[in-house]
Amino acid sequence: MRFYAIAVYLFLYIPIGVIAVFSFNAGRYAAQLQGFSTQWYGKALSNPFVMEALQTSATVAAMSATLATVAGTLAALALQGVTGKPRMIFDALLYVAVMVPGIVIGISTLIALVTLFDWLNPMIAALWPVAENAPKLQMGKGSLIAAHGMFTMALVVIIVRARVAGMDRSLMEASADLGATPFGTFRQVTLPQIFPAILAGFLLAFTFSFDDFIIAFFVAGSETTLPIYVFSSIRRGVTPEINAIGTMVLAASLLILIIAQSILQRDRRAKTG
Amino acid sequence: MSTRLRTSLLLAPATAWLLAMLVLPLVVVAVFSFGERAAAGGYSAAFTLENFANLGARWAAFKNTLMLAPAGTLMCLIIAYPLAYYLAVKVDPKWRTLLLILVIVPFWTSILIRSYAWIYLLGGQGIPKLISTLGFGNPRLINTPFAVLIGITYGYLPLMVFPIYVSLERLDKRLLEASADLGSPPWRSFLQVTLPLSTPGVATGCMLVFILLMGEFLIPAMLGGGKVFFVGNALVDLFLQSRNWPYGAAVAVALVVIMLVTVTAYMRFTRRWAGGRDDVSLM
Repeated sequence: MRFYAIAVYLFLYIPIGVIAVFSFNAGRYAAQLQGFSTQWYGKALSNPFVMEALQTSATVAAMSATLATVAGTLAALALQGVTGKPRMIFDALLYVAVMVPGIVIGISTLIALVTLFDWLNPMIAALWPVAENAPKLQMGKGSLIAAHGMFTMALVVIIVRARVAGMDRSLMEASADLGATPFGTFRQVTLPQIFPAILAGFLLAFTFSFDDFIIAFFVAGSETTLPIYVFSSIRRGVTPEINAIGTMVLAASLLILIIAQSILQRDRRAKTG
Repeated sequence: MSTRLRTSLLLAPATAWLLAMLVLPLVVVAVFSFGERAAAGGYSAAFTLENFANLGARWAAFKNTLMLAPAGTLMCLIIAYPLAYYLAVKVDPKWRTLLLILVIVPFWTSILIRSYAWIYLLGGQGIPKLISTLGFGNPRLINTPFAVLIGITYGYLPLMVFPIYVSLERLDKRLLEASADLGSPPWRSFLQVTLPLSTPGVATGCMLVFILLMGEFLIPAMLGGGKVFFVGNALVDLFLQSRNWPYGAAVAVALVVIMLVTVTAYMRFTRRWAGGRDDVSLM
């Protein structure tokens, strides 16, 4: 039984390890190990395309995760008091957001936004004082943030809602009885209780957006995120530089995720006693 | 401020976001699926069922998806069940949290880079070389359905482990003691107590993995070498290359319908168990 478990963990982690090992390969050819070197890390980090893609990914992930965390937390708090049909509809929307495959979200967002922009742009140009200077709506960072944020907001609602449900309500009543304003109660009683879930939700939202390829592939317009850069490089051939980028991305996501999961698991344990 | 107004205000941003970026786009796809392709690509308004009538032209993609998605789900189940059992029943509780985190975490990391790793492992210098050195012929693995099957199993395994783990962990251990006291050997207790009681977890895991596999694009694109097309790959082709939006929309609608049928069947199926389904958190 134990050996079986070890074998499964090896199956899960060997491929990740292989990339890490090959990223330190001195040789030019990706498939044969020829000694240790960190040159590919240097190459990757001094490649302007990589750095630009990294910047785009980080900006989009930070923005979408922040917006998603705020909107998602507000919704999770509000949902305590929502029952009946509105609750059912909202839950159904959350389920659809999580279950519809990324590819369908990607293409539907693409065609909806492109159609909408094609329709709005002439109107904006007509209303703008100088038509040539009129702003033009197009796919890019904005659409990426909106699409990633929608999905990750659903995740945040689900995570934070679970914590809200497990909250000790008598503390909030006590706070109100002692004369605290609703906002004071929120800041001093509610927020500290649900903060671990909010933080974990933010971290998951950030990693999802940072690692997402499929939605970005459709809605990024002319922007290149890091996963899009990696995907198009792989199409041109496997290089040690991609291994170095991959190792850095995996290491960063693993770190963030382990933190997020530790918070959630501790939270869950505290709740179940 | 009344509670009702406050609740509505708090819910407003989330609802608006879901309506604008989820409901509206899905409605647009549904509407477009009845349209015609404009001469320059894209969409021109019409009402026709032709796109749906032509779905057969992409039958290969549907066939591959409907064969490999269940096969991948089954592989995940076979590998995941014993691991979930080990984690829920056998392992020392002080290691349990860490081991669980180690299962979940890969699922959340870049599937792109994790699939890319298999290009190495299955490519000419990887496992095939090992096999031929050992003298078992010279198999070709990369760019085959087998490679895609390994890739999807690897990618979605964590998603299967978790729901099964939850249902096994909740299992009332006294039932097993009762079964043993009544003289059942362990294998029989497993078959008659543990296995039936873990079916909700198995069903949830299978449904999650199956649904997500149906929409897979990346793994077949990377490990199937363009030969093993999923519906997802057909969608990319239709929207980004041939720019036949209405037909692509019809393919997307068909995909979502197949998934909805699966979920509905699953709901029916699980409602038979007392206590309903496990509300399983993947986070």
